[in-house]
Amino acid sequence: METTVKGRVWKICDAGGRLIDDIDTDQIFHNAHLAITDIGKMGAHAFGNLEGWKDFPSKAKPGDILMVGGNFGAGSSRQHAVDCFASLGTGLIIAESYGAIYERNAINSGFPILACPGVKELAIKNGDSIEVDLRTGKMRNMTEGRDLGQARPFSGVQMDIYRAGNLFDYARGM
Amino acid sequence: MGMTMIEKILKNHTKDEVAPGKIIWLDLDVRSARDFGGASVVKNLREHFPGGKLADSAKTFFTFDCVVPANTIAYAENQQTCRDYAAEQGIRLYDVDAGIGSHVMIEEGIAIPGATVVGTDSHLNIMGALGAFGQGMGDVDIAFAFKTGRTWFEVPRSMKIVLKGTYQYPATAKDLILFIIGKLGASGGLGYSVELYGPAIERMTLAERITVASMGTEMGTITFLMEPGDEILEYSRKRSGKAHIERISADADAHYDKVLELDVAGLAPQIALPPKPSKVSAVAEVSGKKINSVFIGSCTNGTYDDIRLAAEILKGGKVAPGVMAKVVPATKEVYGRMLSEGLLETFFSSGVIVSNPGCGGCASGQIGMTGKGEVQISTSNRNFAGKQGSGDTYLASPVTAAWCALKGEICAPGVKPVAAR
Repeated sequence: METTVKGRVWKICDAGGRLIDDIDTDQIFHNAHLAITDIGKMGAHAFGNLEGWKDFPSKAKPGDILMVGGNFGAGSSRQHAVDCFASLGTGLIIAESYGAIYERNAINSGFPILACPGVKELAIKNGDSIEVDLRTGKMRNMTEGRDLGQARPFSGVQMDIYRAGNLFDYARGM
Repeated sequence: MGMTMIEKILKNHTKDEVAPGKIIWLDLDVRSARDFGGASVVKNLREHFPGGKLADSAKTFFTFDCVVPANTIAYAENQQTCRDYAAEQGIRLYDVDAGIGSHVMIEEGIAIPGATVVGTDSHLNIMGALGAFGQGMGDVDIAFAFKTGRTWFEVPRSMKIVLKGTYQYPATAKDLILFIIGKLGASGGLGYSVELYGPAIERMTLAERITVASMGTEMGTITFLMEPGDEILEYSRKRSGKAHIERISADADAHYDKVLELDVAGLAPQIALPPKPSKVSAVAEVSGKKINSVFIGSCTNGTYDDIRLAAEILKGGKVAPGVMAKVVPATKEVYGRMLSEGLLETFFSSGVIVSNPGCGGCASGQIGMTGKGEVQISTSNRNFAGKQGSGDTYLASPVTAAWCALKGEICAPGVKPVAAR
């Protein structure tokens, strides 16, 4: 499994241009669609209840990298809130911090997420391309050709599950 | 070094070293899935472990509570998927008449003090009310838990909140927890296991502790833990049939990353303004706002004690014209007591709609959704934009909600409503 991720950045900001904090799971994937069990059908509802971002699925491309504020994915245990991004082919999410259940759900399904205290201060514009090393947490702005500093690297268990593919495949190898 | 409550509970369920930040493999006493998430759990199990048996069917449950009975074909099909799988594996399934899974597990003695309980309900940390570890998890996690009976877990850091002083009715446990979340913020307990102490906690009934614990998620905490008193231990012994249930207490020299003191003496009724549970003020500061709807129920305030408090206020009065007031008992047992003790008659006469047990509107469920522009007072735990419909949801106690239903506007409890009597 590739441990370097490259992609175009989407900064998920409010109308004032600030990365949004406390984006809850209802804003990421509204409870009206919880009966969906097919991951392929989840991408269409990503950020479907987040003011200013409801058209995100039509703009996102596979491999894109999302940058969000603190406590991303607060609230519900719904796996849909992770799977909708997997459905869109999103390459990575970088947040200041995550809701605990959201973080577990992403790790266990092998979806790459990084916590990056200080993400709001990074020198990145919407649409810049960045490269991130999941093992070290090092980030580089490829568009501007400069280093961006450090996210928290993957934890041991996170890397093990990510390399295996998901929790099920990881457990088979134990 | 001594241990905190969470460390002791985890220690009793793992062979690994327990210390904050360590990854451990945790044995799970109870694993459950419900009508949302459940079908995906089954799908994962069928795809990744075809034909296999589960670790222990007797510790594995389905509890339906979100959309009960199903009001969409998709939910009906998901529920049937769970029923079929339960029959195949010999798993106990609490069907659409039973009520909210977390409450059913407490009533049935499936979840007891000191236990480890996981499920697809993000408010499963409600088990902190018993002094147990409860945790909501996603479909992948719970499928793995069904199959293996265990999961990995990072031992959380611990925080201690000591409440100084006590408060009096009409302030309730809901007002207390709203006050705490308002003070600390939506991420004020992010990643922590929080232990609550002080006379205000010690005197709380199980129902009041459930209200407090159910809102831990709204502060980002792993869990709110309260040491069970004799009354709760006795309740769980009776319900579970287990004569010996250990009381888990933190050691005197346990390490807490943070220790906070909050003064709750004379606490006034609180309300959370939309769209965040942490946007809290005293009810009196927003009084006078017209409301369209009142919802009393949910895992936070759907116990018999909660609903009785509301009934006492509504008895003999009428819900204000133009207000839709809805009561949803947490479980069938609560519903039964409402029937036998005359509460159904009170609500009927007051113009309140009473539905069958369940979560209510929290997951686009059976009752309690709002339309655009509608203002709702809800006793549930989340007022996120869109969660309970497209209107504005305010969070309050059953006492405040009942007074607001009578007056037709936001009002602090104790102000005699115009429409009453």
